[in-house]
Amino acid sequence: MMLAESGAPAWSWNLLTDFQEMWSYPFMVNAFRAGAIVAVVAAVVGWFVVLRRQTFAAHTVSAVAFPGAAGALLLGVSAVYGYFTLCVAAALVIAALRGGGDHEESALTGTVQAFLLASGFLFTALYRGLLEGPQTILFGTFLGITSSQVTVLTVVGAVVLAALALLGRPLLFASVDPKVAAGRGVPVRALSVVFLVLLGAATAETSQITGTLLVFALMVIPAATAQVLTPRPALSLALAVLLAFAATWLGLTAAYYSPYPLGFFVTTIAFAGYLLALGWRSLREVLSRRAVATPAAREVTA
Amino acid sequence: MNPIAKAREAVTHSAHTVPNRRAGGHDTAPNSGRDPVLALRGAAVRVGGRTLWSGVDLRIGSGEFTAVLGPNGVGKSTMIKVLLGALPAAAGEVRVLGTRPGQANDRIGYLPQRRSFDASLRIRGVDVVRMGLDGDRWGVPLPFPSARRQAARARVDEVIELVGASAYAHRPIGQCSGGEQQRLLIAQALIRRPELLLLDEPLDSLDLPNQSAVAALIGRISHQEGVSVVMVAHDVNPILHHLDRVVYLAEGGAAAGTPEEVITSGTLTRLYGTPVEVLRTSDGRLVVVGQPEAPAVHTDRHSGGPS
Repeated sequence: MMLAESGAPAWSWNLLTDFQEMWSYPFMVNAFRAGAIVAVVAAVVGWFVVLRRQTFAAHTVSAVAFPGAAGALLLGVSAVYGYFTLCVAAALVIAALRGGGDHEESALTGTVQAFLLASGFLFTALYRGLLEGPQTILFGTFLGITSSQVTVLTVVGAVVLAALALLGRPLLFASVDPKVAAGRGVPVRALSVVFLVLLGAATAETSQITGTLLVFALMVIPAATAQVLTPRPALSLALAVLLAFAATWLGLTAAYYSPYPLGFFVTTIAFAGYLLALGWRSLREVLSRRAVATPAAREVTA
Repeated sequence: MNPIAKAREAVTHSAHTVPNRRAGGHDTAPNSGRDPVLALRGAAVRVGGRTLWSGVDLRIGSGEFTAVLGPNGVGKSTMIKVLLGALPAAAGEVRVLGTRPGQANDRIGYLPQRRSFDASLRIRGVDVVRMGLDGDRWGVPLPFPSARRQAARARVDEVIELVGASAYAHRPIGQCSGGEQQRLLIAQALIRRPELLLLDEPLDSLDLPNQSAVAALIGRISHQEGVSVVMVAHDVNPILHHLDRVVYLAEGGAAAGTPEEVITSGTLTRLYGTPVEVLRTSDGRLVVVGQPEAPAVHTDRHSGGPS
């Protein structure tokens, strides 16, 4: 963020030298590594979030990441632990609140969420050590991602992805058609709890790149875009990963060469992709409708 | 005691005798030498301390189409739960595919009460059908061509062809009409070649042409593919001429047999405790008229109850 003023790196339109220049800084290498890991994990988990219509749960989990990080800093430990602790705890609380019902306890969840956000604000005020206030926690930063942080992200990300590889098919069945899945012996309730925990872990990872308020940039937008583009499950999952990855790396590059924050770029690139996808789909629908209409019209006149 | 309650009490007494009358020699199952697909003897069910129905005697052979009928809240769907082993029978004996209920669920196709998919759900019909085949398996299939993968794909295509859904199976299922979704769901229930198909109100909320088309499809599946079908319905007319057997459930009692035996003005009037007329159309089909949706005493129980 302050980089543009200090070093004033200039974009040269030669991708090779540009990336060589960016990657000559260890912190940028770490940022690109972390970004890649987070993009993949967030996109895969987010694909299920969109399919299961759990964006409110995802929002709650990401909102409590803020007091988690702020509280951790106040206690003098790394923010990473705060993210993971509160995100997974929030996921478990949501799972418990749901009880036997299918619907979310949205009023209670919203109430607790508001209180936790306020607590986070208090923690940052008490800590005073954050030079830029709560902004980096809320909107993300790529400065100061350490190698050990990358290692934590890799390990947690690998665990989340491995779990999803194992649970993926029954989870898809339970998400689309819970009654029949339960009839076939799929443990629908247990899967829903496990998925919320995975969601907590993935949100904690994503918060460290996009900030807690912009988690949806990587978790929801790429998955929603991919599902707009194709109804084939495997293809749209792959597309979601690709889109999240592209948004993160393009966002990192843009943030490096400009004075504006990373979260803005990642979100804007992802959002632009979503708009393009919507436009492409409506164009295709119009064209196919015209293709159907024309022969029918001919038949009538003939 | 009001007249309706009095009539109902008469039903509960007389209904016990109805099944007994046919219990003796009326097992016209096509292959009565083999075990029946379904055998209930004096079965009763109790939910929350209240007996929903009792005295149900039923034998269903392979390839027979049976309807479970009765007023709302009488426990028609509960019958399906009993057959799946999700709820124990309070009395009597229940055998499904030669074993206790719940033991042979992998040989049963089950279609729960109407689920409609959200219009924005971006999953294709073929994917939903495919989930019926291996959606409960852990792990993710490898994206390489293999014999098993080919066989699975061929089976999906075959069953979609069978229900006549090829034209829209590759569209997102949320954008399919109610009738199209119902056909795809029937394909999903059929994909593992079940011997018994349990359908819970599959015609509910379909328009009339779709009701008769889906009813004809189910009749064809049972008679041509040899799959026994037990279908819960609240309106008998769309399915009547496909049926081999009917079970009428009423408060406390039941009547089972062929449609000609059970669907008579006398039996239905006794079971419902209110006048019901069975008419015969010029082409010999039966039409049931004056069937009450929910008698006044039942108004406190709606779809949330054990219907």
